[in-house]
Amino acid sequence: MNTMMLLEMAAGGFGHRVAFTDPADGSSITYQELYDAAGAAAHEIRASGASRVAMLDVSNLAVPVALFASGWAGVPYVPINYRLTAEEIDALLGRVQPAYLITDDERLTSLAGRAGLEARSRSSFLAMARSGGDSHEQRSMDPDDVGVLLFTSGTTGVPKAAVLRHKHLVSYILSSVEFMSADEHEAALVCVPPYHVAGIASTLSSVYSGRRVVQLANFSADAWIETARREHISTAFVVPTMLSRIVAALEGERTAGMAHLQSLSYGGGKMPLAVIEKAMALFPETDFTNAYGLTETSSTITVLGPDAHRAAAAAEDDAGRRRLVSVGIPLPGIEIEIRDDEGGVLPTGERGEIYVRGEQVSGEYEDRGSTVDANGWFPTRDAGFKDDDGYLFLDGRADDVIVRGGENMSPGEIEDVLVAHEAVADAAVVGVPSEEWGEAVAGVVVAKSGVAANAALVAELQGWVKSHMRSSRVPERLEFSDELPYNETGKLLRRVVKARLLEPETNVRASYPLLYVEDIERSLAFYCDQLGFTLTERWDPNGRLAWCSLTMEGAQIMLQSAEPEDLTGLNKGNSDVALFFLCADVDSLYEKFRNRGADIAAPTEAFYGMRQLTVDDPDGRRICFEHPIARKK
Amino acid sequence: MASLAAGKRLKSAVCTTEIMVIAAPDGDVNLCCGGTPMSDGDGNGAALDPDFADGTAIGKRYVNEDGSLEVLCVKAGEGSLAVGADALAVKDAKKLPKTD
Repeated sequence: MNTMMLLEMAAGGFGHRVAFTDPADGSSITYQELYDAAGAAAHEIRASGASRVAMLDVSNLAVPVALFASGWAGVPYVPINYRLTAEEIDALLGRVQPAYLITDDERLTSLAGRAGLEARSRSSFLAMARSGGDSHEQRSMDPDDVGVLLFTSGTTGVPKAAVLRHKHLVSYILSSVEFMSADEHEAALVCVPPYHVAGIASTLSSVYSGRRVVQLANFSADAWIETARREHISTAFVVPTMLSRIVAALEGERTAGMAHLQSLSYGGGKMPLAVIEKAMALFPETDFTNAYGLTETSSTITVLGPDAHRAAAAAEDDAGRRRLVSVGIPLPGIEIEIRDDEGGVLPTGERGEIYVRGEQVSGEYEDRGSTVDANGWFPTRDAGFKDDDGYLFLDGRADDVIVRGGENMSPGEIEDVLVAHEAVADAAVVGVPSEEWGEAVAGVVVAKSGVAANAALVAELQGWVKSHMRSSRVPERLEFSDELPYNETGKLLRRVVKARLLEPETNVRASYPLLYVEDIERSLAFYCDQLGFTLTERWDPNGRLAWCSLTMEGAQIMLQSAEPEDLTGLNKGNSDVALFFLCADVDSLYEKFRNRGADIAAPTEAFYGMRQLTVDDPDGRRICFEHPIARKK
Repeated sequence: MASLAAGKRLKSAVCTTEIMVIAAPDGDVNLCCGGTPMSDGDGNGAALDPDFADGTAIGKRYVNEDGSLEVLCVKAGEGSLAVGADALAVKDAKKLPKTD
């Protein structure tokens, strides 16, 4: 069993069809040419004595040639994330040598002469492979040969190399794709990078089904839309963040005008309901499929198919509609169980860790061995539950890893960087729901005593993280607190942190009052810096601020610079325009305001059953935040 | 006659057919193509038996009656597959959504 067998069948069954097209330079390769090129490249790879074939490049024709050639040569294929820093790439290359490396011209220059690397540029590799003659190299059919090593995004600091053997990859294709099921005119747009398991899976499944692959090296919504229209794309796979951007780019259009797009599948993270609903409206002729899978499972293990999408979208009840955010039911040959912390199988509807079993499931890491148990079950570290009909719903990670835009990141790594800052005593980082990214990074920081915990410190800490880590790790939101919640064994309760961050702070009660203020710049600073309002609109006739609009969690107020005559009578102090805001927890709000530097009195209880926090603005106007006493835990 | 393990690749002795074993029962299986046992070597010059000459199709899966043996045709030929004298049947194609 070898992935090369899939290409051999493709070349035998429909060798004249175009297999891959790279619109970046207009080049194409047919299945027969791909087969011949893989044979020639396999010969050179074997001759090099390399232990790994490393691919450090964006999508281009060399990627499928190298993937199949490595299978033919019996040398594991290792695609490396070209978006990593130079140091990170260097460390990974050190782990795969002696390696036969294919990369772009620029990197080739910087890597030239490095020990343990036989490096080729993309163009010289392709030229060598495509000019090779008939190859009669033997190849192994041992199902246990290692096909692909994929570095996972590194939740513990050091990336783990997931081991996918030929039997896992071939089993996945044989159970999920029917040979030559695509007709000659079908084309798939592949925009996931070669180092992602979906990039490997889409290459193998397109080859086995006989679809032409159009490679999109660098995703942007505009490039995706333009390419899909120009190439009459019939099928595509995107991660939720990509779909969110495609939907945003089509804003204002009634439909995407892509009747040729028969199917659009997505996966790799949580899809927001609003995005998939908009996408289904924009692509009315398209079949949507949600595919859930992991690197360690050779890609997809469950699918929510087109019919389930349409039924959920048309459902009248909430339970029916909620199925739109389900990841569906297992592929043939895949079993799923939900288990508790002790390994016991949980009943329908209960949240626990997702376990999976099947021939495509590897669950093995280089140098660490297999994490699959004696009965073949692999713990995914994803959390979720099943509904009455067996539909699987994802619900975060069992180990709290944040998945932002398809990228896994460990909260611990970000916390370590935050705590290294001189103003920080403690920090907790969690993922919070985000329309754009699936999850966004948010955190709660305990400032050292004597440090002003204000907006300036938030900006300082964001800059600090950015200077130490990739920008995707920068918390989009940072709150301050006096302490973090820990359990008795000292384990940080991230769920509690998350729940606190997700609580709505305030709800408008008296909305849109117009406040006349004596010194508008001073009031603006008070509302924004001390209370946390956001400036949404301002009017500066003659270069001076005369009017502005502010919001906070749905509450909205307007400030207007007052003429001296306005500051008399009713308008003076607006004493009867009482600003009452309903909020979740006035005590935590009190802490927050104090951390921002406000000099205010502690919350009190009103006789009519409300716990209240009052703040006086610079004009002596009283602002009251409150919640019913009974609601407080 | 040989025991068959998943992943094993066999050739017909009488035509161009090649198969890969997907699943096999324990013990020896007399897998034939065109009326002659298959092997991992080249043909032995035997003639195609007209009773087993319906042909094989690339990409199709073939199963025995109880489903314990399943093979994938990776190269087509004129012979047809059988265990001893019992012909294998084509397994129905599954209808699957495109996942990636």
